[in-house]
Amino acid sequence: MALLELTDVTRSVRLPDDRLLSILRGVTLSVDAGEHVAIIGRSGTGKSTLLNILGLLDSPTSGEYVLDGTPIGRLSGRTRARRRGDDFGFVFQQFNLLTGRTALENVAAPLMYARGRSFWRRFTLAAQMLDRVGLGDRLDTMPDKLSGGEQQRVAIARALVRRPRVILADEPTGALDVETGGEVMSLLDEIASESGAALIAITHDLAVAARAQRHYRLADGVLLPIVLNAPGQVTEWIGDLPVSTPAADRHAEQAPA
Amino acid sequence: MTGIVGAVVEAWDELRIHRLRVLLALIGVAVAVCAITGITAAAQMMNQVVKEQTERSGGRETTLSVQAYPRGPTALATANYDAEFARVVDRYGVEYASREMYNQFTFRFPMGALPVQAQVIDVDYGVMRRVAPVMGTWFDEADADRFAPALVVNETFLTQLGVSDLSGHPTVMLGGTTPVRATIIGVVANQWPEEQASTFLLYDHFTRWASPDPMYGSSIPTLSLWVPPEMADELTELIRRDLTAALPGTQADVYQQGGGFNALEGGARWVITGIGGVALLLGGLGLVNIALVTVRYRIREIGIRRSFGATSGRVFFGVLMESVVATVLAGVVGVMAAVVIIKNIPIEQIFGVALQDTPPFPLSAALVGMACATAVGALAGLIPAIVAVRVKVIDAIRY
Repeated sequence: MALLELTDVTRSVRLPDDRLLSILRGVTLSVDAGEHVAIIGRSGTGKSTLLNILGLLDSPTSGEYVLDGTPIGRLSGRTRARRRGDDFGFVFQQFNLLTGRTALENVAAPLMYARGRSFWRRFTLAAQMLDRVGLGDRLDTMPDKLSGGEQQRVAIARALVRRPRVILADEPTGALDVETGGEVMSLLDEIASESGAALIAITHDLAVAARAQRHYRLADGVLLPIVLNAPGQVTEWIGDLPVSTPAADRHAEQAPA
Repeated sequence: MTGIVGAVVEAWDELRIHRLRVLLALIGVAVAVCAITGITAAAQMMNQVVKEQTERSGGRETTLSVQAYPRGPTALATANYDAEFARVVDRYGVEYASREMYNQFTFRFPMGALPVQAQVIDVDYGVMRRVAPVMGTWFDEADADRFAPALVVNETFLTQLGVSDLSGHPTVMLGGTTPVRATIIGVVANQWPEEQASTFLLYDHFTRWASPDPMYGSSIPTLSLWVPPEMADELTELIRRDLTAALPGTQADVYQQGGGFNALEGGARWVITGIGGVALLLGGLGLVNIALVTVRYRIREIGIRRSFGATSGRVFFGVLMESVVATVLAGVVGVMAAVVIIKNIPIEQIFGVALQDTPPFPLSAALVGMACATAVGALAGLIPAIVAVRVKVIDAIRY
């Protein structure tokens, strides 16, 4: 059984002029535990909306989302929040570290919503995680005193400190230079593999996407599987995206709805 | 359990991190709490001042004033009244009792013999009327056995004697048919600036040595009894009946007086509470204002916390707790400031009298202050907490 499964999920919003804007259209996706999936797409194609739905920050307009056998639509807001804290770790493009708090306090922050030993030992666990991402000597440093790469490593430590089953990374290297971005992704891959967490990354960066086992392209709210060759090697361009789309899927995409 | 602890820890962290902003917001609350606590405490102090002043003139709550006088031209000897008064005191186990009468005696001052008004009393009068000598002491039980009369005089008396203090154990001749040298053992403050010389004289010394002025009215003293308020009505009737029965031909009257005054009753209490309430309301409004600005400023952070799994209830409780924790701290500061201020109020300079029983800082005032601070914190935190919960998580993260 898949860890998470989206079936024919749509998401639309009503605009101020009362028109309905479709952001996601019939998205179907299945991710197993420990799997590494990349979703590429241009800005405004609904990548973040998809990630928010996956991370229980948003709800589909229609379709079904089953997380570890539980249909999410039936859960109360409180249970969804608990599942979000227990099962998901978020890595954001802009790091989203809490200002005025040290690296240690930032990493310990998610454990404030944990229960039992994890709550009481939050600073120990946070220190261990920071040590794991190579920042064991920067525990008391404020985020504004850290480099971009270090800040993202703090964010990764924070995303992983509760041992989530799914890591959702929204353009994790978007604010970093190529070299630092590569280092950060290597670390994210490594730690995700260690913990057995599934990693779903949204990115523009093909090199980042190429690290994943499976790849998807999101265009105009439609999610399609693609075959991405080795980094830098392009089979085909779709719009401005250099990808190779399996013939069957390409056919499906071109077929009338 | 961890949820509550977590919310409190989170609230404390927020206060720590945004301490300057919080501090600015809380100054108003602390001042308001200080005001409401201080006003309540000051009112109780004032109440005590008024109470003590009332007790100085009318006696403690409740003082029974027993007056006995002959119905006809023939009167029993004063000793009969004294004996019967003593029996009443003994019979009803009255702890504090004093015979009282006014008279005038001649004293020999350096400028010549002068008549001086004297209040003849028993030792207990000092406690019953809160007499507090400014020099020397009040009478005690042993003074009754002195070989010469003892006096507690007022400041004018001492000045007329040409003495400034009691270090030389001053004496004065108490004139009359058999003059006797009296020793001044204590001095009480003048009750008003131009007060004439006056003195207190023990009743036993009066009967032994003094020559009363026959023009000064009855030689029968009034008996004052300090009794528990709840027994006053019953004793009033019993004593009147006993004296009427024991002293034939005597009209005995018993009146209740003393105590019973509470400056904080009625309108005064509402005025004081109202002033404190307005001060607190203004402080609370300042807090709401800053708290709303703070929440707007923290929308992104709230979104990030929601991504950590914070429920809307937890966000609501957390923002509310920030306000409550902050105002409780402000309340502690306000109450402490009020304690310091109240403890250092120069009561004697303000009210013109020293407090004999300085009341401790009223716990009720401190509790009122803390309760108000907590309530204001909860109310001031309510609006920002609702705003925080209504924030859409996705929008908040992108904020």
